[in-house]
Amino acid sequence: MSQETDVKTLVIDEQEVSARAGQTILEVARENDINIPTLCHLEGLGDVGACRLCLVEIKGSNKLLPACVATVQEGMEVSTNTERLQKHRRTILELLFAERNHVCSVCVSNGHCELQTLGQEQGLTHVRLPYRNPDLFVDASHERFTLDHNRCILCTRCVRVCSEIEGAHIWDVMGRGTNSLIISDLHQEWGTSACTRCGKCVQVCPTGALFDKSKIGSDHPKYPEFLPYLNLMREAQ
Amino acid sequence: MSQTITIDPVTRLEGHGKITIQLNGQGEVENAHFHVTQVRGFERFSEGRPFYEMPSLMARICGICPVSHLIASAKACEAIMSVRIPHTAAQLRRLLNLAQMVQSHALSFFYLASPDLLLGMEADPKIRNILGVAAAKPELGRAGIALRRIGQSIIELLGDKRVHPGWVVPGGVTEPLSPEKRDKILAMLPEAYSSVGLALAAYKQMAGTFKPEIEVFANFPSNYMSLISEEEAIDFTDGALRLIDAHGNIIEDGITASRYTEVIGEAVENYSYTKFAYYKPLGYPDGSYRVGPLARLNIVKSMGTPKAEKELAEFKQLAAGPVSSSFYYHHARLVEMLYGIEKIEEILADSRILDKHVRATAGVNRLEGAGQAEAPRGVLHHHYKVDENGKIIWANLVIATGQNNNAMNRGVLQAARHYVKDGKFTEGVLNRVEAVVRTFDPCLSCSTHAFGQMPLEISLLSADGEVVDRVARE
Repeated sequence: MSQETDVKTLVIDEQEVSARAGQTILEVARENDINIPTLCHLEGLGDVGACRLCLVEIKGSNKLLPACVATVQEGMEVSTNTERLQKHRRTILELLFAERNHVCSVCVSNGHCELQTLGQEQGLTHVRLPYRNPDLFVDASHERFTLDHNRCILCTRCVRVCSEIEGAHIWDVMGRGTNSLIISDLHQEWGTSACTRCGKCVQVCPTGALFDKSKIGSDHPKYPEFLPYLNLMREAQ
Repeated sequence: MSQTITIDPVTRLEGHGKITIQLNGQGEVENAHFHVTQVRGFERFSEGRPFYEMPSLMARICGICPVSHLIASAKACEAIMSVRIPHTAAQLRRLLNLAQMVQSHALSFFYLASPDLLLGMEADPKIRNILGVAAAKPELGRAGIALRRIGQSIIELLGDKRVHPGWVVPGGVTEPLSPEKRDKILAMLPEAYSSVGLALAAYKQMAGTFKPEIEVFANFPSNYMSLISEEEAIDFTDGALRLIDAHGNIIEDGITASRYTEVIGEAVENYSYTKFAYYKPLGYPDGSYRVGPLARLNIVKSMGTPKAEKELAEFKQLAAGPVSSSFYYHHARLVEMLYGIEKIEEILADSRILDKHVRATAGVNRLEGAGQAEAPRGVLHHHYKVDENGKIIWANLVIATGQNNNAMNRGVLQAARHYVKDGKFTEGVLNRVEAVVRTFDPCLSCSTHAFGQMPLEISLLSADGEVVDRVARE
């Protein structure tokens, strides 16, 4: 196949763009400065399409596609910010806020939380659903870090970074649906697990679910942008 | 036929409360209660949280005095960590606490109390608020607003937020003070001095006209408790507890935070969600005592700053022993505001105040810790127990308003008996009963919006619940 056929042309938000075959809609949109909100996606990690915030509309199809895993097709007409999508995104965020116990005012990530920022960006003014207020626990057994399940949105970034980048695969998910829970090793305390103490999971956690011990509020910024550089350096070796 | 008068809500307080006055068949006051009608649950829902989160969590108890909770809570956490915080961090916290004392006292005196004091207990309720004060006495209105603004601005400069600053953490504070911020604070002080001077002069001028109120506004002998420094001077942030009796004799002294349970017990009454603190050896209710500005000035031997020292000497002249009328809480509050401003200036002159080392770190070294500090309205205790991972398994808070609870109830009864005659009352009479509670400046919740604007309805009910009289305030 010639190189020419590897180039796909498509339309995103009425803008004609070109892409390489196999690229995701999200990648192409971001290359062209078109913003699609994401939450479980993180540059440098494999995608799982779990949060559904990046859903986009494709002309001619009633099915919404997650832009982080859907690849571009020749002649596609993609809409990223329709009223329907905005409504879905707000509902997804409402579901996330209602599912566990998110109390921004006293959260370690207040002011630099991806969930909070998305809520603000998507115009979320209130949650119409009843809060579930589940009885969840805090794992403070680790000498350096704390896991607060109350603030976990099950994006699995921690699971992926530990498995794909660190290679330790301490984190995984147990249970199903609302009973899902991030666990370390075979559901034992984090402090007694085989954790390498690298702290990558803390840095990539989008909310205050994973954080440095003894840190509160404004003195705990996170720097997840280190991942692509880390990958680049490893590939170079 | 017995009757009950209900004042609900009591206005110009921080939080929501109500007063009931029970009349007997002859229309005489049989009993009176001050009820705090909300339940908060902080002690319970903090269980399971990491201990170092407690200061920011506990600060949410109150929008007026979050700093007191931050400090008492951080000190309790530091007892768990077994660390001594850096000198500069301790001084910066003192600064923050003093700024809060100034703004909270300004709120109490100018916004909540001065409408009664400057416009009169019988003034039209429509104008009996801070706006009415500003219209009648523009200079004083401005002074009050200025003092509150200055206190809040200092808190914001130090902690980035006026309310619930996240700056105080277990081990110290998160950021050192910059020279620019120090200079900004210093530049505010001249206006603060002139404002508090105006207030003191105005208060002294009109205090003479309130002799009848002074007689019956929670005016009875009682014990008093506050923190006091080793030099027997006033100390809002550190120091140890001292308890004196009605004659000024020292009953307890040098009680550190970890020993507070030896002297303070808490009782519960079925008409209020606020607990009733008492001095354990005397039991409840005999062991009741008062805390706050009046107690502090009754207990301390000196203020440690020149202008406030003179005012303290004048205050001590009001009585042979401890000053017993709660009306003088207002006076004491103004003296403390003056002290606060002087002390802020003194702390900013500390050669180490700009030091960058402002935080100590440690993990869990003890499974229990307690901290105490003076809130604007009295001494405050935080007491936590943690598991080996540092998660809270038990928490107890003894707040100033609980320690004044019995005195407030006694004061309400005393004033009601004096003013409500033959089952008759006017709006002005009931305002005096409310004003008794206001002298204590109780903090019933974290609400900052309760001043003078709330509708008030007082109903006189017969024994079978029938409304026989009604006074409404729009």
